[in-house]
Amino acid sequence: MKNQSIKGWIKSGAPGVWLSAGAVSIAVIMTVGLLLLIAVRGLGYFWPADVLQASYQVPGSPAQTLVGEVVAREQVPRARLRATSTAVPADGPLTMTRELLKVGNRDVYGSDFVWVVADWLADVQAPADLLVLQRREWGNFYGRLLDIREHGQVVAQGADAWAELAPRLERVRHLRRALDRLEAQELSAINRGLENARLQARKLQLSGRFDAAAQADLGAEQSALNARYDEAEARLEALRAQIDRDSLTAVEAGGQAVPISLGQVAHAYRPNAMGPLAKAGFYCTQLWEFLSSGPRAANTEGGVFPAIFGTVMLTLIMAVIVTPFGVLAAVYLREYARQGWVTRLIRVAVNNLAGVPSIVYGVFGLGFFVYVLGGSLDRLLFPEALPAPTLGTPGLLWASLTLALLAVPVVIVATEEGLARIPRSLREGSLALGATRAETLFKVVLPMASPAMMTGMILAIARAAGEVAPLMLVGVVKMAPSLPVDGHFPYVHLDQKIMHLGFHIYDVGFQSPNVEAARPLVYATALLLVLVIVLLNLAAVALRNHLREKYKALDS
Amino acid sequence: MDRFNSPQRSRGLAPPNPRTALQPSDIALQVLGLNLYYGATQALHDVNLDIPRQRATAFIGPSGCGKSTLLRAFNRMNELVDGCRVDGQVNLEGQNIYARGHDVAELRRRVGMVFQKPNPFPKTVYENVVYGLRIQGVNKKRALDEAVEWALRGAALWDEVKDRLHESALGLSGGQQQRLVIARTIAVQPEVLLLDEPCSALDPISTLKVEELIYELKSKYTIVIVTHNMQQAARVSDYTAFMHLGKLVEFGDTDRLFTNPAKKHTEDYITGRYG
Repeated sequence: MKNQSIKGWIKSGAPGVWLSAGAVSIAVIMTVGLLLLIAVRGLGYFWPADVLQASYQVPGSPAQTLVGEVVAREQVPRARLRATSTAVPADGPLTMTRELLKVGNRDVYGSDFVWVVADWLADVQAPADLLVLQRREWGNFYGRLLDIREHGQVVAQGADAWAELAPRLERVRHLRRALDRLEAQELSAINRGLENARLQARKLQLSGRFDAAAQADLGAEQSALNARYDEAEARLEALRAQIDRDSLTAVEAGGQAVPISLGQVAHAYRPNAMGPLAKAGFYCTQLWEFLSSGPRAANTEGGVFPAIFGTVMLTLIMAVIVTPFGVLAAVYLREYARQGWVTRLIRVAVNNLAGVPSIVYGVFGLGFFVYVLGGSLDRLLFPEALPAPTLGTPGLLWASLTLALLAVPVVIVATEEGLARIPRSLREGSLALGATRAETLFKVVLPMASPAMMTGMILAIARAAGEVAPLMLVGVVKMAPSLPVDGHFPYVHLDQKIMHLGFHIYDVGFQSPNVEAARPLVYATALLLVLVIVLLNLAAVALRNHLREKYKALDS
Repeated sequence: MDRFNSPQRSRGLAPPNPRTALQPSDIALQVLGLNLYYGATQALHDVNLDIPRQRATAFIGPSGCGKSTLLRAFNRMNELVDGCRVDGQVNLEGQNIYARGHDVAELRRRVGMVFQKPNPFPKTVYENVVYGLRIQGVNKKRALDEAVEWALRGAALWDEVKDRLHESALGLSGGQQQRLVIARTIAVQPEVLLLDEPCSALDPISTLKVEELIYELKSKYTIVIVTHNMQQAARVSDYTAFMHLGKLVEFGDTDRLFTNPAKKHTEDYITGRYG
């Protein structure tokens, strides 16, 4: 009887339902789990955690004071701890708790983190006057504020110093903004002018028309620019001196006084003195800074705005290139080409193209786009700049083209499917009214296939936006000095190198000098990359749904 | 052309050969020795037929007998099928439409076609009707507006859709869609209307409306209708052609063909003993 009921259960199809539902749940759990993990780890980074002060005594050594944030806590077998430190007593519970303390002050201690055995910590407290400084170099500083100095003269001390700090930091921020503006606008404009003058001279030399008059002209231009440069340089120096006018002295946990120029301080805060609201406000400013500013300290701190911008830019340019290209190819394959072994071969080739490892595209992009295409264009269009390459070097355009090549099979396949789904009767209806094939294509077929093209574009964006490996070869760099879009003609600089969130993750996570400190940033950047891709996709999906609503006939 | 001017053919005697019943000036479409092949299979065998002007002619016959193929030969729709080959002539007002260099788009404007399943474009009612006109480069709003009203009235649809001209045509019922397709076709003012089983996807009431419409339209257009339904053929057509296995078996006046068929084969078919 039991055997029969099992048979009946199998026959009813219930196992199939369970299996498929199980597969769906596992997929959902994995996706949600992944997002949750990177969200928690990434977003937690910006929260101003309490800074603890404790006395730490390793048995047999003098006690020392530690100040820092607890970033991790783990259970370790006693035997393993004993192997690294003789101070660990042999008897006691099998495992011991140890904590990872971020103590900062890399310039003083040599490293940002220490592992401490929790049992040896005593007198743990969170004094309100503990100060955290986010610095432009050397990472965070933890300690107490001693005094503020102007030109090396003490102007405020003790409790007054904290009140004095904020306005002076604000002043430094203003100055720094002026400095950045000066560097980004005036100096770069002068440099561009000088470079142009040099190239012009070289051009004239190459064409043999570099006579005395031209030489004098260019010479005058150059000396004018040089004078402007010197003047700007002097202002720059003055600004730098202004920025470094103020400094503060702080004592670290061990009691050593450390002088820090205010020009080095990005943020100063006292987390223990902040209420939840103040912390939330600080959190938001930190998050905003992460999204809106450029990186500092070899990418391990600061924001990722150039990387966001680069990723979006790259993906959009890729989509703009790949969609028409793929659609045209699909239209030819499906509508005009004679269906035979040649088209079949092309389809097989296109489908296989989708399976080629992406790094191979990177190699191809470097070999063909950058060296062959870019190199030839350089010789044709910019001979005066050689041997310095203009287009014959990795850049945004080549990266977009490489990604477009990588994603084009997806667009072709999706569009072809869309074209195949358009009922024959509609084409015939159009032809029977005296429309030519081309008119039918443009007035009936293509509009109706546009949702499929959008689907292709969405898939292409999804495929290309997350790609990192080929980009490292064709135009993405660790640190790009400027955005590919600015106020100077031609406004969009396709030849520039860009930053990319995917590469940023790799760089911060594995190539930075201080991996431990940068790890939360890896999670935050990963979350951001996912969000950017989701947003790009959602935009495309919204567009497609709009079109689909318009041409609903397909399903009749 | 000479053969029609010969006295023998214009004597106006009663059938057997129905072609002799027609004056050459009454002939809209003339099929001469038409053979049509799909790849290796021959779909039409030496068809000779005259379609009278401003009359309705029905093609009947069992499935696969080539009546739709013959219909589609009149606007060269068969050419869309790979491997289709035609020899013989189809003369539209004396011009061989299969002659080299004949403008297919212009032919299809002159010979409109309505298909088995309603196939309105996923556009508004208005845009559906003006589609053919826009193709011809008519873009003046006044002209288009007038054409829409004229064509929709002509297709007996105006009163039903005049308030929803700018809504999607896909919201119409099946019968309305089919009449819209007819409106779309007559909007370009064709000479011949080819109807390929226009009612087979419609319910009886819609069928009735479309049939009435065909009955009215035949005073202005030459109509050729393919149908499976012999009652329909009898109701709407003036002439009927019976086809079998790619051959034209019999062609003649509808009343005569249904009441007094000349061929045994035809009689078997219309009495239901066959097919």
